[in-house]
Amino acid sequence: MQRITIDPITRLEGHGKIEIFLNEQGNVTNTYFQIPELRGFERFCVGRPVEEMPLLTNRICGVCPEAHHMAAAKAADAVYHVEVPRTGKMLRELLYSAFYCTDHTTHFYALGGPDFIMGPDAPVAERNILGVIHKVGLEIGGKVIQMRKYGHTVVEIIGGRKVHPCTSIPGGLTKGITEEQRKEIEMMGRWAIEFAQFSLQVFNDIVLGNKTYLDLIVGDVYTHKTYYMGLVDEKNKVNFYDGKVRVVGPDGKEYVKYEPKDYAAHIAEHVEPWTYLKFPYLKNVGWKGFVDGPDSGVYMATPLSRLNAADGMATPLAQAEYEKFYNTLGGKPVHQRLAIHWARLIELLYAAERWVELATDPEITSPDFHAIPTATPTEGVGIVEAPRGTLTHHYWTDERGVVTKVNLIVGTTNNYAPITMSIKKAADSLIKKGNVNEGLLNMVEMAFRAYDPCFGCATHSLPGQMPLEVTIRDAEGNPVNVLKQFCE
Amino acid sequence: MSKPKFAMYWAASCGGCEIAVLNIHEKILDVDANFDVVFWPVAMDAKYKDVEAMEDGSILLTLFNGGIRNDENEHIAHLLRKKSKILVAFGSCACEGCIPGLANFSSITELVDTAFSTITTDNPENIRPQSSYAMPEGIITIPTLNPVLKTLGQVVDVDYYMPGCPPESHQIAAVIDLVIQVLQGKAELPPKGTTIGAGNSTVCDECKRTRNVKTIKEFRRIQFTHTDPELCLLEQGIPCNGVATRSGCDARCPTVGAQCIGCYGPAEGVVDYGARLISAFASVIDSNKPEEIDKILDGLVDPAGQFYRFNLAGSLLRSSKSAQKG
Repeated sequence: MQRITIDPITRLEGHGKIEIFLNEQGNVTNTYFQIPELRGFERFCVGRPVEEMPLLTNRICGVCPEAHHMAAAKAADAVYHVEVPRTGKMLRELLYSAFYCTDHTTHFYALGGPDFIMGPDAPVAERNILGVIHKVGLEIGGKVIQMRKYGHTVVEIIGGRKVHPCTSIPGGLTKGITEEQRKEIEMMGRWAIEFAQFSLQVFNDIVLGNKTYLDLIVGDVYTHKTYYMGLVDEKNKVNFYDGKVRVVGPDGKEYVKYEPKDYAAHIAEHVEPWTYLKFPYLKNVGWKGFVDGPDSGVYMATPLSRLNAADGMATPLAQAEYEKFYNTLGGKPVHQRLAIHWARLIELLYAAERWVELATDPEITSPDFHAIPTATPTEGVGIVEAPRGTLTHHYWTDERGVVTKVNLIVGTTNNYAPITMSIKKAADSLIKKGNVNEGLLNMVEMAFRAYDPCFGCATHSLPGQMPLEVTIRDAEGNPVNVLKQFCE
Repeated sequence: MSKPKFAMYWAASCGGCEIAVLNIHEKILDVDANFDVVFWPVAMDAKYKDVEAMEDGSILLTLFNGGIRNDENEHIAHLLRKKSKILVAFGSCACEGCIPGLANFSSITELVDTAFSTITTDNPENIRPQSSYAMPEGIITIPTLNPVLKTLGQVVDVDYYMPGCPPESHQIAAVIDLVIQVLQGKAELPPKGTTIGAGNSTVCDECKRTRNVKTIKEFRRIQFTHTDPELCLLEQGIPCNGVATRSGCDARCPTVGAQCIGCYGPAEGVVDYGARLISAFASVIDSNKPEEIDKILDGLVDPAGQFYRFNLAGSLLRSSKSAQKG
């Protein structure tokens, strides 16, 4: 039996590792996607004061600490049964919207986008942000840096720091913003809307205008018919910060909509002995293994999932793009994983519009940003949409508000089973009779890069080319061929 | 002439150190102009074999972030030590263990048991991850967790320490400037063992809040307080760690009304951060009556976390007994 090891694909929690086993005929028999690290947050957060959770759980991920900061703050609000004043909620969501713009921009231009803008067959050396700059024009590099700077500036103004924000506490925030800061934030938000529109135009011209690329998106290699999850507001529109969790089935119809506090009635996590990460699934559908379809509890939580799970976008420009998206791809739901990239840009536009909406609300500069908790703390759940999926924090405390138990279901974790399936399907489709070439590398990479998995450099890197090595071994484990892909 | 070689590596970390480096924006081009980046998993092809093939000492500068959580982290730490002239413990995790170091209050059995028995975990057979597992197709492996999380300096010889969670970008830019000046013969490296990219005083010294008479009658928790935006947080009863914490961050958290949680580590000359902070807190308590003092101290609901939040792994304590037993 032959064996292909892809190691490291790097990580956030350790180096992700893919093992592909081939049979005597050189066809794929099975694939394993392993996550080799565990840090133990659910244990060592026990004993800590609950108001520190937004600071401690930040350190789960330095790429999306804003998501953990928000989920933790909301869980801590719930522990104290305290209602955050309107201004407090808006400030948190404003920070979060700006963060989304930065995050989605980095992924599109540095990571996922180059596959399309340069084309999946482009030389490896060109399939990165530098290649994008050469093709689209030099000014785009400056715009991408500007978008990242603006996003981080808002995070710092409201959250106090660029990485690991520190101002959200049970009941609201430690500070508000001044009129001067509000003006600056509004100015940056208006620029962000233009940037998002420009980005959609780039996608339209280069990707949708090219039949080969469009065929790749709608093709079967990257298609799985699963359930889809996302937070929605009271009108069933996409929301990143607040709302109910809505799940639609492979047929696009609502399967369930639940309050964050009820998540454990709907989600369970499957365990395998060969990895440190668990596989969440829909409890009431059941775990049927790494398969799709209405009888399998596997669900996806990504930008595409959020669009599938909602009835639309809450802002006008993004809503127009939402309609165009489904008209182009043949209605709801869209099952093709590569469409996640397009969905991400629609979310970028929504986040920018929401940023300006919040920054121009007359109450955003109000000093009423914190309500002092008065109830006895007990238990609470906080859910936000992290860019990479629905993020759940659940805390139990004693009567002093000291944490006694923690449960976390982290963004990317939701997608562990679907990513595993996508890797297997891509490998199955592309490796035949032991033939492996560089095209395979990128096609397998594209299978999981669409999810923007937070397992590692897949998420945020410069210049954006994921390092990948495939070793093909013979039956004795001796390498017979090594294929590499470098960054420039 | 070939450029000096640069490497950056992440062990058990969150990725925030890498983001902090990216946040130096255009300065990153100076790194590119002055160095040949030979190993940086976040930004380029990460092959251990390439590093193994390099001559010992051939990398001029390696920034190493993350703590040592498993055997793979430890292996890479030894490898990069051997290949690097200058090895910098970069960020709180590598310097002193950071938040993941709080795991040292528990054994790894407790850490793994907790993660695999949460209310949503479906685990009727009580499975635990195995470092080596035989599947029908063959054996697949994952690294083994170490009993306790170690700092980089507890595993290999470290040349410089750069604190912060993460290090502030302006400090990173300043250190890069310094190294470039050294390369050009315009400056000299500081003595081995120096803490770089930080100040030599405390966060309190950098903080712009007003300090009057620093005495308190009670510790107050931030969620129960509308703090005065101008006055010292500790004077308002908020357990702010600025007094024991090294300067270098511009007192970022206290400036926005959040207490310093100590991410820049012990101030210069402080042997044990927790001991220093305990004495600092004790000195502000405005009481001579034992019962009243006890009551005031009860306001600190998590002394272990308060005093060893970022530095447990690097402290004199290092870990609890249960963690040492595994």
